[in-house]
Amino acid sequence: MILDGKCPTGPIETSWDRHRFESKLVNPSNKRKYKVLCVGTGLAGGAAAASLGELGYNVHAFCYQDSARRAHSIAAQGGINAAKNYPNDGDSIYRLFYDTIKGGDFRAREADVWRLSQVSNNIIDQCVAQGVPFARDYAGYLDNRSFGGAQVSRTFFARGQTGQQLLLGAYSALSRQVKAGTVTLHERREMLDLVMVDGVAKGITCRNMVTGEIESHWGDAVILATGGYVNVFYLSTNAMGCSVTAAWKAARKGAYMANPCYTQIHPTCIPQSGEHQSKLTLMSESLRNDGRCWVPKKAEDCEKPAADIAENDRDYYLERKYPSFGNLAPRDIASRAAKEQCDDERGVGPGKRGVYLDFADSIKRLGEDTIAGRYGNLFEMYEKITDEDGYKQPMRIYPAPHYAMGGLWVDYNCMSNVPGLFVLGEANFSVHGANRLGASALMQGLADGYFVIPYTIANYLVTVKPGEVKDDHAAFKESADEVKADIDKLLSINGTKTPSEFHRELGTIMWEKVGMARSEESLKEALELIPALREEFWKNVKVVGTNEQFNQELENAGRLADFFEFAEILTKDALNREESCGGHFRTEHQTDDGEAMRNDEDFCYVAAWEFKGTGVEPELHKEPLKFDNVKLAVRSYK
Amino acid sequence: MKLKLHVWRQNGQNDKGKLETYDAPNVSPDQSFLEMLDDVNLDLARTGRDIIAFDHDCREGICGMCSQVINGVPHGGQDRTTVCQLHMRKFKDGDEIFIEPWKARAFPVIKDLVVDRNGLEKIMQAGGYTSCHTGGVPDGNALPIGNPVAEYSMDAAECIGCGACVASCPNSSAMLYTGAKVAQLAVLPQGKVEAQQRVLAMTEAAKENGFGNCSNHYECQASCPKGINVKFIAKLNREYMKALL
Repeated sequence: MILDGKCPTGPIETSWDRHRFESKLVNPSNKRKYKVLCVGTGLAGGAAAASLGELGYNVHAFCYQDSARRAHSIAAQGGINAAKNYPNDGDSIYRLFYDTIKGGDFRAREADVWRLSQVSNNIIDQCVAQGVPFARDYAGYLDNRSFGGAQVSRTFFARGQTGQQLLLGAYSALSRQVKAGTVTLHERREMLDLVMVDGVAKGITCRNMVTGEIESHWGDAVILATGGYVNVFYLSTNAMGCSVTAAWKAARKGAYMANPCYTQIHPTCIPQSGEHQSKLTLMSESLRNDGRCWVPKKAEDCEKPAADIAENDRDYYLERKYPSFGNLAPRDIASRAAKEQCDDERGVGPGKRGVYLDFADSIKRLGEDTIAGRYGNLFEMYEKITDEDGYKQPMRIYPAPHYAMGGLWVDYNCMSNVPGLFVLGEANFSVHGANRLGASALMQGLADGYFVIPYTIANYLVTVKPGEVKDDHAAFKESADEVKADIDKLLSINGTKTPSEFHRELGTIMWEKVGMARSEESLKEALELIPALREEFWKNVKVVGTNEQFNQELENAGRLADFFEFAEILTKDALNREESCGGHFRTEHQTDDGEAMRNDEDFCYVAAWEFKGTGVEPELHKEPLKFDNVKLAVRSYK
Repeated sequence: MKLKLHVWRQNGQNDKGKLETYDAPNVSPDQSFLEMLDDVNLDLARTGRDIIAFDHDCREGICGMCSQVINGVPHGGQDRTTVCQLHMRKFKDGDEIFIEPWKARAFPVIKDLVVDRNGLEKIMQAGGYTSCHTGGVPDGNALPIGNPVAEYSMDAAECIGCGACVASCPNSSAMLYTGAKVAQLAVLPQGKVEAQQRVLAMTEAAKENGFGNCSNHYECQASCPKGINVKFIAKLNREYMKALL
């Protein structure tokens, strides 16, 4: 089937304004009659729940953490982009739009990206009004810095904790609505099913993670803002609880999963130190503003302390390969370059999977105090984890799975192909194409939550009668019974391997075969290994405890079961996409000097996969991408 | 390294709970404290025993989910460090480690090391915000805010809401937590407008939810993983007095 994103036509500069005017409105006195469920309370979900509550809708918000403030948006460090052009350095909405399309390697929808760029400016104003303490200069004006992949300074920041401050802003807006009675919070709940009535999303089934109770919640619309899926690689920069579960449950009920093979491997993470590792820690790529990436030129130098390697024997590979962007090359490019150096036996540190990020020159030029002022908390974090002092010796970094550009397919209204199911933030696929630029994730989450969904959801709500289907409908009991049966099954297997052992194995397959470089051969191998491991899981997993208790083993087992099915679709998407673009690199498709080679003739489309059953071939639906405003070009950062 | 752990086990609020002893026979100095516990749990799970429940999520020291009292000190006593960022190289071979949940009347135990911190939510919901509407706000640069004021506000805003301040306080006071939010907003022009009602409402909510008062022990600052300064409690008191005048 050919999918239609229902984007506005005509001049792009006015597309969002026209769409807003043409959008339907819900009468203020009718809004409270509509119940909207919002799953996830990060930047997208928190902002959406708060804004919809403020408009007067009856909102119920759900999160698996003990507080809405703990969603993983909180961990974003570097900043948030906006086209304010405060520094007068040539930025504009059009430039942000252009950079995002190009950064995404021409695999995103133009209209969605335009809207994002346009509302980016409103986000900054909104956050300032909430009391987000953005960095300010001594005249009291907002400060900006440049960030990976951009040649203008358009990134706003709050020390190294921008995500935290923006999330606390959204959380404060949410708290205000809780007090006002428009939002009801349900913490420590995990969504385990999407309830469908006559092909329309009408509610969710979730597990109370404290008591084990299976709860039914009805809603006139369901919003998923449940983040990304890169924990499919086991080791990633995501929080331990991040999973594909909510999105996958929706996919099992018919929502299409779009471009799952677009995963972002972030270049500046702390390398793995051993087998015991449970997650990888990211350090903001703002470090690349002042740090220089290098490896020894000669493999035999790799064991030497960095200080003993002469300047001439160092290979500043990003500066060498990409003279105009240098150390600020976009993430996909910087990550692949690091991998290339390590594959060439010139990596440093344990297992030789690491490259240096060196601040010596910047410290010499600006002084240690200035560097500490900019990145002090990152140096501290690095020292806590590695026991090394980044001021005295270069840091070691290595790429790690970080972000999912793919996600559930949505139209311009952020509604999936399932009527009544909306998807926001990282959980949807829409704006980042095949690669996300730095400081764009926070922008998208808040854009979707504050400034898109409050307008677009009305287009759907006016077509349904509020409260027409409630939780006394048979579909809710059916869904709850299915969820209980799945839980009982997991608990009854009583095999010999724990969920974390299985997760590690799945992660190894995904990282080795479906990681930074993919080939037809490696992907086909993965497609043998994943289903075999999945089958073993369902025969041999050991989940201790019961459902009727606080049971983290059960939570992990359930999430892993979904990762198994999802991993297969991710791999199939990677196999289908016979080109290299952004974060998706097929070794068969590269230029002579190892750069990604797109195939616009055959693959300029969104691949949206329809789940047809476990172990059954999924069906591919395509949404062709049209570029009327930006010319398709080979992405070059040289 | 070989360690002996004494871990608080408690099955819900009605259980009395007790310390149980576990061996951690093969600990790497590069492991984080939680990864050490993961290994203990892996062993428990393999042998069909109930695993030790503990809250954790981001494991990079920012979400505020992890919450353990280690050897009597919330987060384990390393300066400005959450449990998840505490690494085993800070311990010695043969050490005995006592691991307990946050202890405070306002934080009932859910299971083992997991507590219910909903009281903190109630304080925030009482007034921890500016009442701005989505959209209807001026340009971000319309109100210049001097760098020192923005920095002061940011110092306060770094709170991760973990509750270590409450757990370390003999009075289970949440005044550092409350003071940080009150101070962050009170010094900013956009937060000043509602400063009086905010401080009164948040203080009242703290009282209602079982948190005590500050009596200047400063344990909160010592245990705070973000180093939030007790000057924000002084600021809270000043704002409170101003609101009463």
